[in-house]
Amino acid sequence: MKKIATGNKAVAEAVKQAWPRVVAAYPITPQTEIVETIADYVTSGQMKSRYIPVESEHSAMAACIGASITGVRTFTATSAHGLLYMHEMTNWAAGARLPIVMVNVNRSLGPGWNIWAEHTDAMQERDTGWLQVYVSTVQEAYDTTLMAFRIAEHNDVLLPVMVNLDGFSLSHIMQPLDTVEPGDFIPPIHLPHAIDTKNPTGYGGLTMPDQHFLFRWDIERSMRDAGRVIAATEKDFARRFGRSYGPTENYRCEDADVILIAMGTFGKEAEVAIDILRKEGIKAGSMRLRWFRPFPKLDLAGKEVVVIDRDYSFGYGGIVAGEIKAKNHCEVYSVIAGLGGQEVTYDDMAEFVRTRRMGGEFWFGVTGNV
Amino acid sequence: MFEIRIHSRGGQGGVTAARLLAMAALHDGKYATACPFYGAERRGAPVVSFVRIDDHPIKVYSQIRDPDLVVVLDASVMETVDVLHGLKKGGRVLINSAHRPEFAGYTTFNVDLTGIALKEKLVVAGSPILNTPVLGALAKMGIVSVDSAKTAIREMFTDERNVKAAEATYVEMSA
Repeated sequence: MKKIATGNKAVAEAVKQAWPRVVAAYPITPQTEIVETIADYVTSGQMKSRYIPVESEHSAMAACIGASITGVRTFTATSAHGLLYMHEMTNWAAGARLPIVMVNVNRSLGPGWNIWAEHTDAMQERDTGWLQVYVSTVQEAYDTTLMAFRIAEHNDVLLPVMVNLDGFSLSHIMQPLDTVEPGDFIPPIHLPHAIDTKNPTGYGGLTMPDQHFLFRWDIERSMRDAGRVIAATEKDFARRFGRSYGPTENYRCEDADVILIAMGTFGKEAEVAIDILRKEGIKAGSMRLRWFRPFPKLDLAGKEVVVIDRDYSFGYGGIVAGEIKAKNHCEVYSVIAGLGGQEVTYDDMAEFVRTRRMGGEFWFGVTGNV
Repeated sequence: MFEIRIHSRGGQGGVTAARLLAMAALHDGKYATACPFYGAERRGAPVVSFVRIDDHPIKVYSQIRDPDLVVVLDASVMETVDVLHGLKKGGRVLINSAHRPEFAGYTTFNVDLTGIALKEKLVVAGSPILNTPVLGALAKMGIVSVDSAKTAIREMFTDERNVKAAEATYVEMSA
């Protein structure tokens, strides 16, 4: 059924349908509407789940870990400082191979205090062993949240998944939403290493130096398998519900000389910039990076690449630009734009492409850029 | 693409008006997005929200720079806010007022939404509700159909006075 919903409401709707037995969360702007809506579903009996209102995000993730290890489906949502407060526990969730699904509404980190969109929060979770996906529309937020449960819980993956939504520009925008009946699209969860609460045992106490690296390698092996599981899940989703997704969303890339790469809502608005550039005779295409972990293989051979980073690694550079350079052995023009909700329009994006200097870095809005 | 900017004060229902308009456009078979501009908003402060309507899926997230239509739910914001800022040449202005101000180069429409809300006893916590009657005005201007406006209102509110107020606005407003 078609309706109008915010990104946050779309996520809550998908979570209700995926029916995690335990949701533990702490509200934080701009994510609050997700956990408020889920709490309403639980209170009104629309969702027969245990909702655990915790006193902090660290406890939210700890509660999800405790529930997940018993073999039940779990969900949480957070943003920015809340995500960082979970950091110790997010590592634990991945290391313990728990398929927890979390929606992170991307927001900048203080100080200075700012509640608007930026990707640096999720980037600081880059190396934890979580899968990461960045979405660009209300519909995609809903569809991807549904898919996240199936991907996380697949026995070739068994890793947590983080679905990322741009704060306000996607979490609070109202767009058409077409909901589906998931049916058996998400099979029942089966956690092979679930603990038996009636027969308690301890494990994970101490892993010796001759064993620990094997557990690390096993995470990486599953990360590599995850690419195949994601592709199969997206294919089945398209077959059942008619909407297709991939590791990237490519727009007019086939014959392009220059590719503009961005994530989240910028990656969608970039398509408007591409149409403008094409009219000027510039053969440009847009590649919206959806999956960030596992990092997909990108076909950029023979093309100039412009990357918009809504994040930064101080003393190094734009994080997405750095990953693309390293993985593809190519030069890029790195644009830093949209930090803390900075307004960036399709005209600005077109200008980034027109004025590209391969190998250079440009901070949008900073005067005296060299 | 048709772009609308709605000016109001925090708590007056500007965001809900944007949502209702997007829902009505969807019922008309169009694509629509609605979004508030989130700043340090608080009750009583001037706020804006945006609506985009198009025949194709909408890919733009940045703020509306040159709207086709500006809606002013509270005329007093005009004392501190330039509501015409960026308005396209020949663009339209809809003002909640019993009087019609003249703006050179633009077409102005007015209707007393506050008066209609009070007459229909559409008042919550002492404040007249403007976001449902304004749908009647927007229908009169041809932005959405009357049927879709009423459907959208009924999807969001069970109190029929909201629909009555929108109908009264449609009748009372001179196009």
